[in-house]
Amino acid sequence: MALLEIEDLHASVDGHQILKGVNLVLNAGEVHSIMGPNGSGKSTLAQVLARRESYEVTQGRVLYAGKDLLQMKPEEAACEGVFLAFQYPVEIPGIGNAYFLRSAMNAIRKYRGEDELDAMDFLPVFRERLKLLEMDDALMSRSLNEGFSGGEKKRNEILQMAMLEPRLAILDETDSGLDIDALKIVAEGVNALRSSQRAFLVITHYQRLLNYIAPDFVHVLVDGKIVRSGGPELALELEEKGYGWTEAEAQPA
Amino acid sequence: MSGAIEAELRRETMATVAKPMDNYLEAYGGLRALERREPEWMRNLRDEAWELFREKGFPTTHDEDWRFTSVAALARTPFRRAAASHAAVTAEQIEAYRLTGSACRLVFVNGRFAPGISDARSLPAGLEICSLARALDCGMEGCAPTGIEQQLGGYADVRRDVFVALNTALWEDGAYLRIRRGAAIEQPVHLLYVTADGGAATMIHPRTLVIVEDASQVAVVEDYVSLGEGAAMCNSVTELVAGQDAAVSHYLVERENLASFNLSTLRVELGRGARLASHSMLLGGGLVRNNVHPVLAGEGGECLINGLFVGEGRQHLDNYMLVEHAKPNGSSRQFYNGILDEQAHGVFHGRIVVHPDAQKTDAKQTNRNLLLSDEARIDTKPQLEIHADDVKCTHGATIGQIEEEPLFYLRSRGLDEVAARKLLLYAFAAECLDRMQEAPVRRFAEALTHERLLEVARRARPAATVERQDENARNWEEVG
Repeated sequence: MALLEIEDLHASVDGHQILKGVNLVLNAGEVHSIMGPNGSGKSTLAQVLARRESYEVTQGRVLYAGKDLLQMKPEEAACEGVFLAFQYPVEIPGIGNAYFLRSAMNAIRKYRGEDELDAMDFLPVFRERLKLLEMDDALMSRSLNEGFSGGEKKRNEILQMAMLEPRLAILDETDSGLDIDALKIVAEGVNALRSSQRAFLVITHYQRLLNYIAPDFVHVLVDGKIVRSGGPELALELEEKGYGWTEAEAQPA
Repeated sequence: MSGAIEAELRRETMATVAKPMDNYLEAYGGLRALERREPEWMRNLRDEAWELFREKGFPTTHDEDWRFTSVAALARTPFRRAAASHAAVTAEQIEAYRLTGSACRLVFVNGRFAPGISDARSLPAGLEICSLARALDCGMEGCAPTGIEQQLGGYADVRRDVFVALNTALWEDGAYLRIRRGAAIEQPVHLLYVTADGGAATMIHPRTLVIVEDASQVAVVEDYVSLGEGAAMCNSVTELVAGQDAAVSHYLVERENLASFNLSTLRVELGRGARLASHSMLLGGGLVRNNVHPVLAGEGGECLINGLFVGEGRQHLDNYMLVEHAKPNGSSRQFYNGILDEQAHGVFHGRIVVHPDAQKTDAKQTNRNLLLSDEARIDTKPQLEIHADDVKCTHGATIGQIEEEPLFYLRSRGLDEVAARKLLLYAFAAECLDRMQEAPVRRFAEALTHERLLEVARRARPAATVERQDENARNWEEVG
């Protein structure tokens, strides 16, 4: 059984139709990349899969581990193992990073009928993951993303992913705004989590990230539809030719 | 209709109108009939205050200081002094209100000292504490605390506020504290004022006097709670006198039931180089008026005035700040955060007066609010009266709501909607909690805030339904 099956997904935001029939299948263990020009609906797809309620699904269905994902609230999807690394992580003053992360882990554990983690269980794992992402301990006692640089915010997303251990991880333009060193760190963080139990949906505008996170499949999303699918070579082709030709393909015949 | 009958009818109408005030007359008469052992100066104070109250009556919304708060419902309710029999409150009943880590606890039930359930056995050196009635009673024995005659009633002005007059006329008891010169009392002093439901609407007028001598330090927590759901009026006045270089923290915790009217006045006199931190937490009460009035009467005084108010249902929470800078080089900081849901109405009136002598004053006030429903409302009014030329005064106010984006972010990590909403509310409230320096009180305040905000988070509607709330806010009104 596929981990994620998206069928003819249509979605609108503020009355504008953004997704116009997306079809996609991800199996556990696979890394898929979605590429596409700005405004093609990449982020909308990510937000719909993470169940943002202000994004309205108008048609189609999404099965996640055999369950109807579109019936789930954001927290249910999260507890079932869906994780979205945000393109623009939110700054929330007054909520400590570490405190928030432990609250999130415990919410998920509670949902799964597991015991809550106390600080003693939490800290060793947390420290280890911080090291993996080369993050400063001091950041963690600060408020959630408050005053973080762009790169620190993105690393924090990957840190959260590493702690929450999702089955389906969606990375929404995690590479944007990262310098090459930060990009490598983020990619290493992702690669460390690759496993036969887990699937990744890596959304990006540029091929660069895919040099470090090698995808199994690449899809091109244009005007709310996937217009081409292929192997890693497709990303290189896009890098060379740009998106112009894919947009021409998207035009109705 | 003849003129005589008309006059008679008018008299009758007037009598009907006047009748609600009879309960206060009765209370005043009842108190006098007790023939308490009180010095004559106190009796004179009471008489003078009573006359003032009788003359003026309750304020209306035409009164500038009461523009946003109507006390008509309070004036209509025939509150009475509690009968002595209602005071049978047990230690078990108030166990839930304990402040862990306090130096001592004085409990007052329906305005009267309850020694049986108080705990002031082992006091730290330098702390004197007893019931105010007892302190005056001692005075009759010739061992009165020195200076009490000048201090009690010496700061809270019966002419400024009729509720202060009413308290002065009708107070039965409260706490008396003196911190000896140079003493640092490390643990907070807990004053618990309990209103116990006695069937009829009860009124109490707690009176507290805190003398913090030169270079000494203390934290006092005034905590107002209800047992039962009955209507009550609690009208408290606290005079706090801080000597030179003294450091004092005052906490007001209002968590009475929603049928309660709570009016409190904190009047602080700060000596040279003295520091005050006033923290108010308005979590309960139906109609609450929180007056904080420090006077920086010595050079270089410092004041932090910090508050959190959380209202829902039809709660009305009015914060009236009056900061008077009387001497040079003083600084004051006001920070009030409000969270209002349903039809709750909040008021922040921040008045700063800089007297001619108070050069180099640095005064700032900030009022931030979250409105969680279309009908919630905040009135925020800065009022700066500056009579010196070399001063720095700023004020600001904001009104916001819970945004969808952070809410979604938290939920996408697994927190359910109530938990996510509560976390966002708590983050907003934490700005105020973070300013509380005394660890035991801070923990206590955090626990109360968590509990209260969970209730609010459970009730609050999705962010998407909140619209057009700007209409519910009046602010930036420059006066004076």
